[in-house]
Amino acid sequence: MDLTSKPQHVLDIASLSSEEIKSFLELGEALKEILKRPIPKVPTLRGRLVVLLFYEPSTRTRFSFDRAAKALSADTLTFSAKGSSIEKGESLLDTVKNLEAIGAELVVIRHPMEGAPHFIAKHAHIPVVNAGDGTHEHPTQALLDLLTVKERLGDFSDIKVAILGDIKHSRVARSDILAFQKMGAKVYVSGPAHLLPTSLEEEYFRIYPGGFKVCYDPKEAIRDADVVIALRVQRERHGKPLIPSFTEYQTFFGLTFKELELIKKGALLMHPGPINWGVELSPEVEQYSFQVILDQVENGVAIRMAILLKLLTGGKTYEVTH
Amino acid sequence: MKLLIKKGRIIDPSQGIDQIGDLLVEEGIIKGIADDIPSDQYTKVFWAEEKWVLPGLVDIHVHLRDPGQEWKEDIETGTRAALYGGVLRVACMPNTVPPNDTPEITSYILKKAEEKGYVKVYPIGCITKGQKGEELTEFGRLKEAGVVAVSDDGKWVANSEVMKRALLYAKQFNLAVISHCEDPTLSQGGQINEGFFSAKLGLKGIPWSAEVSAVVRDLLLAKETRQPVHLAHLSCKEVITFLRWAKEENIPFTAETCPHYFYLTEKEVDGYNTLAKVNPPLRKEEDVLAIKEALKEGLIQVIASDHAPHSVLEKELEFSLAAPGMIGLQTLLPLSLSLVKEGWLNPLRLAECLITNPAKVINIEPPSFKSGKKAEFIVFDPNKQYVLEPTLIQSKSKNTPFLNKELQGITVLAVIGEKVWELNQPV
Repeated sequence: MDLTSKPQHVLDIASLSSEEIKSFLELGEALKEILKRPIPKVPTLRGRLVVLLFYEPSTRTRFSFDRAAKALSADTLTFSAKGSSIEKGESLLDTVKNLEAIGAELVVIRHPMEGAPHFIAKHAHIPVVNAGDGTHEHPTQALLDLLTVKERLGDFSDIKVAILGDIKHSRVARSDILAFQKMGAKVYVSGPAHLLPTSLEEEYFRIYPGGFKVCYDPKEAIRDADVVIALRVQRERHGKPLIPSFTEYQTFFGLTFKELELIKKGALLMHPGPINWGVELSPEVEQYSFQVILDQVENGVAIRMAILLKLLTGGKTYEVTH
Repeated sequence: MKLLIKKGRIIDPSQGIDQIGDLLVEEGIIKGIADDIPSDQYTKVFWAEEKWVLPGLVDIHVHLRDPGQEWKEDIETGTRAALYGGVLRVACMPNTVPPNDTPEITSYILKKAEEKGYVKVYPIGCITKGQKGEELTEFGRLKEAGVVAVSDDGKWVANSEVMKRALLYAKQFNLAVISHCEDPTLSQGGQINEGFFSAKLGLKGIPWSAEVSAVVRDLLLAKETRQPVHLAHLSCKEVITFLRWAKEENIPFTAETCPHYFYLTEKEVDGYNTLAKVNPPLRKEEDVLAIKEALKEGLIQVIASDHAPHSVLEKELEFSLAAPGMIGLQTLLPLSLSLVKEGWLNPLRLAECLITNPAKVINIEPPSFKSGKKAEFIVFDPNKQYVLEPTLIQSKSKNTPFLNKELQGITVLAVIGEKVWELNQPV
């Protein structure tokens, strides 16, 4: 273990420069080709050990990281909160120290508490990747969203992105708002007023003048949008229900055919998953949106390959052509 | 034994004194102040040029964690930290384990303070049994056992009728009522100030309205009952309007703040720094400014440390799991000195906020330099610059955002009766 050099981490979009984001996207695009081969695997990370530390239930993100690691021939160990020493009350810090001792070279962490990845990054000697921390950020989700939009629309300048839903409690929104602006797009958000950033908070979300707007009228956010991201209504994260009912939510903040008429022709309708059909998305838009949403999942693998490769090799030695 | 403090800047807020001169102590009793007191061969002389000579500080917001959480602090280490910080009287909050809601706990604290304590300890009892906010504790028996005030510190008495009853009943026993002003329905789950940094870090915010709405309710009850309420650790700008209103209405109240609310802003928590997690939370630059203005205007009269020791077990954790609070006994005076350096208060007014005003809240006679009184004073070097290294900290816990930071001002001598400590000398 190298104790002298500081490892690189991917903790949040806030601390990534637009150049760093661009380089992840480029690498992700290049690596995507591997996944389309008859044998979708390269030996680049053979023998390297990646640990997936999941303190919160996850299907998509966990499988995606696992798949990404294996496509690069890395070994993976998956810890989920259930059935490990975590249940015996081991602290996060001790768990990570133990993982280092058994030879982990990179930790991917999903945790219900904000800043948990930052906390272990302070103490660990290996790279840490945030796979979602509480209501803070979900940086790899934002990177895969960017990759999906880049593939479909080519460029980010003059793009209007609308994000709808519970902005306040969404780690996806927090990452997407910053990521799209850092790439030059404009971001409009809307949702129930008490789940939107307050005027005190807007200052943080605005990366450049005119780059970010909070709309009380969802129509204002989605009108002529190039990208609409519908957020999942986070039933499990609120102690008590923060919306009066799902019917009310679907009626005023859900996406139906009616809303689709407002957005730009050829615009992308995205969702970070898992979807509550009939709440944030009406089943009638499935046909329109589902392919993009599945693309997001595929791009997720590619972007996570890029991250693992970059953090484990310093981004210097990737041979993806053989 | 004679002790002569030579050529110090003698500041005594109880007599309005601020002069350069000599102070003579004989057999632990103040003899007097004069421009030049000659010494003889039996006199121990302490040269205090360029230094302040102050009566011991009175800190009415301290957590000694004893009984029940002695791994964080105990009465011996807590009072030693006080001594090194120039605080010669402490009032300790009742949120121990079990809480100080019975005369037995009060007696335990006083007995241990008598045996092991370095400075005088004044226990504060709970307002309600178990700090549950429901039934009043035995104010009379607690008073007999030695409490000077009641508070459910850490918890606001949310039931207004219970709080009203507490104000009325406390008066009968001459007990101060100290309120931790925080409406829990607004602050629940909150980790840091609501605003820029709660947006950035994704942590649930604590809005200023949680503090202000609680303050306003307590002021209304004080007005209605005509009984004074002491508002602990005020932190935000918006509360000041209501303090001014209360003063105009002649409502009986006293108000307190802590050095971290006029010295630090919320940006300390960036990067999930648990050492800066405290309740109420650190706020914005404009709040810091408003607190200083309120001290200058006299709307806030007391500066206390809210010394809240926590070990690494409670601090080296995920932010939401970390306990709120920071130690403060040894930084109380150095940080408060900034108010003098920046011109908000003169040294005499600062001494009022740290000595006479807090003593008044808990109805005790403050230490002073009046002839015939017990010697209870410190010599403070306001020019000394140093780094707050862990070895300087006398508490068991080292949880302070000032750890390894540069500070100015340090207590170099403490005198209690015939006991004399030369402190914080360079090794």
